Amino acid sequence: MSGMDDPAKILHSTAMNKNPYIIDNPGGNDFRLNRETLVDPDILVAERDRVFDQCWIYAGHDSEVPKPGDFKTRDVGGRPVILTRDGDDNVRLFLNTCRHRGAKVCREREGNTKRFYCFYHGWSYGNDGALVAVPGDDAYPDTFDRSELGLKDVPRFENYRGFWFASFNPDVEDLEPYLAGATEYIDLVVDQSADGNMEIVAGIQEYDIAANWKLLVENSFDDYHLHSTHSTWLEYMKDSGVSIKVPKGLLLPKKGIGRDLGNGHAVIDNYNFRGRPVATWISIYGEEAKPAVEAAKAELVERLGEERAERVANTNRNLFIFPNLMINDGSSVTVRAFWPEAADRMKVTAWALGPVGESAIMRKVRLDSFLTFYGPGGLATPDDVEALEQVQAGLTSTVKEVPWSVMTRGIAKDGEQLNSDELHLRTFWRRWNTMMTGEAAAIETAEAAE
Amino acid sequence: MNREAVEDFFYHEAALLDAWDLDGWMDLLCDDARYLVPPNDVPDGNPDTTLFIIADDMDRIRGRVKRLKSRDAHAEFPPSRTRRLITNVRILEQGDAELTVTANFSVHRFRRGGKGGEYVGHYVYKLRIEGDGFRIAERRAVLDAEELGGLGAVSFIL
Ligand code: FES
Ligand SMILES: [Fe+2]
Repeated sequence: MSGMDDPAKILHSTAMNKNPYIIDNPGGNDFRLNRETLVDPDILVAERDRVFDQCWIYAGHDSEVPKPGDFKTRDVGGRPVILTRDGDDNVRLFLNTCRHRGAKVCREREGNTKRFYCFYHGWSYGNDGALVAVPGDDAYPDTFDRSELGLKDVPRFENYRGFWFASFNPDVEDLEPYLAGATEYIDLVVDQSADGNMEIVAGIQEYDIAANWKLLVENSFDDYHLHSTHSTWLEYMKDSGVSIKVPKGLLLPKKGIGRDLGNGHAVIDNYNFRGRPVATWISIYGEEAKPAVEAAKAELVERLGEERAERVANTNRNLFIFPNLMINDGSSVTVRAFWPEAADRMKVTAWALGPVGESAIMRKVRLDSFLTFYGPGGLATPDDVEALEQVQAGLTSTVKEVPWSVMTRGIAKDGEQLNSDELHLRTFWRRWNTMMTGEAAAIETAEAAE
Repeated sequence: MNREAVEDFFYHEAALLDAWDLDGWMDLLCDDARYLVPPNDVPDGNPDTTLFIIADDMDRIRGRVKRLKSRDAHAEFPPSRTRRLITNVRILEQGDAELTVTANFSVHRFRRGGKGGEYVGHYVYKLRIEGDGFRIAERRAVLDAEELGGLGAVSFIL
């Protein structure tokens, strides 16, 4: 017996269909997540099709290919791609596959070139993708048309303030409306730079987590876990003379809040009280950095006015751009994208972002501040990774006995929800569920109803 | 100072780290010591301009050790078991006060209910001569892997 004739299979799929992915009833103060969504390989297959191939996926930053001919290779949306700047100064994203018989044409991590050369049979392409040389092309028939055999661009490729996104859905809405309320927060990040230019700093952190990718979405802006998971980091900050108490009578926003930004994007937006390289000095940065940090703040006030400068310099944001990009603008600016390799494994890529032309001391402080918390050798991130792996290990084989996770923090509140509530997590899951099932999402907040 | 003295020093350090005697290990460090793990894609980068995996000054080394000794360093609780193989020791530069030394390493890590793995690479040490011994001024652990990948984290002292 095979396929749908197999009674065991039919039973399995019926059982699967019995439970929805989420139970979402904000009126009844109920939100539960079906743990199968974190375990089932068939759900990952559906996600590739219904989520990742429909959305805009972060591909890279303008600053990574500053000069014509510069290129970087990576995977975006599960495809090998070449990010490059062509001779006409256009940033391009090509699928890294030869139009002849398929080999990856570029195997270096990065470089500068006029030609991408496929070593298998020797076809070569210009950095604008055009097929420029075919050895022995006299053997091809008249119908062989070089102009149709250039490197394939991804179907859609657009940027917002230097952040480039690709989509494998030719009919996807334009990037800017897709980003919805997230643009307000990207603007806050980019406004750190006097001339509006930010850059990716050299040095990539690439590491795997043995957990479902959606657990990292949750974790990246889940402030509920700070005190339990990151007590050793808080200790370190305290030992270094940084206050870890939230002072009374804070400015806007008065406390940390979680916000639904539309289209599945969400943010936690916190008043800063532990220092920011732009532009709030704390002792840990060292006396020698104080004048530079203060000068950066003065520049912000001069350029943006007191109120906006305060917003840029003294609020932190963990911005989630659906489905798989986090920009954490706090103790440093972290750009972190992740990709599922399997239902229980993801690849994470993290970069540091900073203003172009910032002083050497500011750059040093920024990178140092990044490493205190973030990354595979930071004093905090390894514990996040451990948490996610323990979640995966805990729920995978118990999913039949313990099918649901509870995610209702803050759901009964009337107004704003805190960064330690779970509104922003629910925002992600609602959008994800809508894309997976076509069902409309329940409305929890006035903001979401707009 | 000859190679044998350096090797003895490295073997002693490796034994301390494998035994999780982190206070003993800190006694080997100068007061201004640095501990560096560069990113896989820029192995000879400068931490002032490149995002590293680890770029600790003594303040953060102390913080790291304090953290690793607590039960709340979750990535290292229970602590992983490690076994360090240190080979190919070569003195690259020998001054009156300081030596630059390189050595290959293979650090095997095992964890109950978690990720282990094999961390392979080389060290570059700056050793300061003190009396008839050394202390570590800088310790750079350079990984050979193209990416950290399945190793996941450098949550112990590499
Ligand atoms: S596959 Fe590239 S030239 Fe044949
Ligand atoms: Fe965390």
